[in-house]
Amino acid sequence: MTIQNKPAANKNLDSIRKTIANHKRHDFIFASLGTLVIASLTITLLILFLDLVIDGYPRFNLDFFSNFPSRRAARAGILSAWIGSSLVLLVTFFVAVPLGITSGVYLEEYAKKNWFSDLIEINVSNLAGVPSIIYGLLALGLFVYSFGLGQSILTAGLTLALLMLPIVIVSTREAIRSIPVHIREAAYAVGATKWQVCRNHVIPYSYGGILTGVIIGMARAIGETAPVITIGALTFIAFLPPSPIGLEPPFINFDWLESGFTVLPIQMFNWISRPQLAFHVNAAATGAVIIMLTLLMNGFAIKLRYNIRKKIKW
Amino acid sequence: MVKKIITNKLKHDEIIKAESKNLNFFYADGTQALNGVSLPVYENKITALIGPSGCGKSTFLRCFNRMHDLYPGNRYDGQIILQPDNTNILLTDVDPIEVRMRISMVFQKPNPFPKSIYENVAYGLRVRGESKKRTLDEKVEEALKGASLWNEVKDRLQDLAFNLSGGQQQRLCIARALATEPEIMLFDEPTSALDPIATMNIEELMSELKQKLSILIVTHNMQQAARISDYTAYMYLGKLIEFDATNKIFTNPSKKETEDYITGKFG
Repeated sequence: MTIQNKPAANKNLDSIRKTIANHKRHDFIFASLGTLVIASLTITLLILFLDLVIDGYPRFNLDFFSNFPSRRAARAGILSAWIGSSLVLLVTFFVAVPLGITSGVYLEEYAKKNWFSDLIEINVSNLAGVPSIIYGLLALGLFVYSFGLGQSILTAGLTLALLMLPIVIVSTREAIRSIPVHIREAAYAVGATKWQVCRNHVIPYSYGGILTGVIIGMARAIGETAPVITIGALTFIAFLPPSPIGLEPPFINFDWLESGFTVLPIQMFNWISRPQLAFHVNAAATGAVIIMLTLLMNGFAIKLRYNIRKKIKW
Repeated sequence: MVKKIITNKLKHDEIIKAESKNLNFFYADGTQALNGVSLPVYENKITALIGPSGCGKSTFLRCFNRMHDLYPGNRYDGQIILQPDNTNILLTDVDPIEVRMRISMVFQKPNPFPKSIYENVAYGLRVRGESKKRTLDEKVEEALKGASLWNEVKDRLQDLAFNLSGGQQQRLCIARALATEPEIMLFDEPTSALDPIATMNIEELMSELKQKLSILIVTHNMQQAARISDYTAYMYLGKLIEFDATNKIFTNPSKKETEDYITGKFG
């Protein structure tokens, strides 16, 4: 039997091709639109960043990092600011991460699902969007006045931890939810208790997602100015907090927690409000430092997450 | 009738390992998934559960290791008596973890943990508080041999379990369930995600395993039930329609529904 090439079939094929071409045009339009939007955003950010770098370029030297702020712009540095930022972030990290992960695990694995847990969930997600000044005012009332912690590194760390907490909780819960049911059931089926399942499976498998939340939270915390100003951070500091690591036993001390401090964004804010142009150069350089720090943190986190996820496939 | 059943049992000389008695099961939304199921599981035998999708076979299987306890609102009614200690494992004061330590389970989809091959097998032992390296090594080796996987993985025990093929992963899951020396092993359609050769391996493995323990298996594949099981139960709409020796069920079932299902007229 021979197969005849019917013209009707050809016509049909033509119309199929036409439809496909038409649909692919939608693909193309959306892809170009997306590229355009992404490009314009990236370019804007890049220009802003480059502008900061160019403006602050004269100040990029070691002295800038190792000098205290000074009345003379050329000799002013960000030593107290970057050390302050680091110490505050250290407190934030050690408060927000354990609390956030524990809360996330509890809410997801242990808490009974009812209207009350729904209420908590809505509130936690909502907290992530509350303006940071509100946290600052809360901290001023609670930490500074009620608890008498003063205008210290501890207060600032706790305040930023509050800010970061909802982000860590939400990302922990999301990460836990993405663990497939059959992995969880496998662990229970060999006779594990809830805590064993959490410790050996749920938490380790969610590290990737939790880490993302932690870094987003830290990146937000490092750039926060309003709450730190509200609790009364100093703007001009020409001394360092006591060193956390000592040469004599017990080697670690916690005096620095009570010390006054400043942080990078406040230092920048301080300089930008000066009338002299020379200080604006300092401010630009500080801005570039903050952005680079954030970039470094994010890059590190992405690398770490990639390494963790490489081992986990569902 | 009663007399006939008794002679039947005597003839086979079977020991009951576990027995469900008038078991009803309700999901949290109120649907009754099991309706008065009474079924024995004999020692050192393979009992297969067959029936169309949604007939409650998996629900029934998962009652044996109290898997339903993981989700709030589910309710058991009736008994599953585990021998030789005559314990009703469905009682609320029997800890489901204790039950799972005695009765292990292999799932439909291979579900190894994202850990090394060694850690996967050792996990059940670790959960039981075993931490001596030598004991762990021995038991892991024994379990992997029991699951006929040892020769394929003995040189790469620290590799990630995900690097194994699907059939190997399923045998790894069997090794994991075997390492803790369970009294009964539950298989929930263990070969439905595997190719024919891997399926054959697992079927052979089950026939070996029954020397040591009792097996309850849910399968969609009637040929599989016919090949490997000693007893077969046909379930439909949450009810046990017929339970008998596999030979009898597949050659001369006593119920019309069973025959219709087996011959493919239905289901």
